[in-house]
Amino acid sequence: MKAHLSRRYLFSASHRLHNDAMSAEENRATYSKCNNPHGHGHNYTLEVTVSGPVDERTGMVCNLVDLDQFVEREVLERFDHQNLNSLSEFSSTVPTTENLCEQIYDILQRGFRYAHLEKVRLEETMMNSFEYAGGRELLK
Amino acid sequence: MVYLTRKAEFSASHYYHNPEFTPEENQHIFGKCNNPNGHGHNYMLEVTVKGEVDPRSGFVVDLRQLKEIMNREVLDTLDHRFLNKEVPEFSRQIPTTENIAIAIWQRLEPKLKTAKLHRVRVYETPDLFVDFYGEA
Repeated sequence: MKAHLSRRYLFSASHRLHNDAMSAEENRATYSKCNNPHGHGHNYTLEVTVSGPVDERTGMVCNLVDLDQFVEREVLERFDHQNLNSLSEFSSTVPTTENLCEQIYDILQRGFRYAHLEKVRLEETMMNSFEYAGGRELLK
Repeated sequence: MVYLTRKAEFSASHYYHNPEFTPEENQHIFGKCNNPNGHGHNYMLEVTVKGEVDPRSGFVVDLRQLKEIMNREVLDTLDHRFLNKEVPEFSRQIPTTENIAIAIWQRLEPKLKTAKLHRVRVYETPDLFVDFYGEA
């Protein structure tokens, strides 16, 4: 029996939306307040959804301890309380939450072995969220 | 393909009544919601669009534009209104949460240029919501 499991994590980071390939005016027009040279921050909520058969012995899709340890080590330690623009992931891409969502998906996809990764959902604010499933269509 | 969801809140009043039903049928089917003086909700709207991330901007859609479209096409029409009396879609249709979700889809879908509308979700209360994917 296959089931989906979602777990939420919190982290805080700052970013500035700016593309060197654009003029100053174009950056301001595209990113508005988010182009402020000093950056600004968010409390991000990360929601990771994995799936798999429910293990008959444990009754689990995967052990939450394994998921927590992986996310803590590979994602939260990487991004929490960081300035995203200063990280190598964003040396040539703009740290929009779209791009951050894809980065986090790729980290989990490459390294998490205990269950199948379904999707990553990232809330930038209470009113905005982004979802990425490796380019696949989301289930309705 | 990345999905972006934007929320917005609006407050409105409505009542449920079908003129083709007898008063007894209306009362029986719609219960308290049949009170002709109406009653209100704080609705929470979630609009989800999908598209590829623009390599230059890093955006699926310009959020300011999406907010403007949602304000202009939906909130300006529905917020602080009596839906049955003030919103054209509901002069003949019952403003159930189902019909509100469909009306919002029909208002937004033709206005979105860069990203494609994926889902409209309307919460009538925190415990009740409707999803519409534009399906016939």
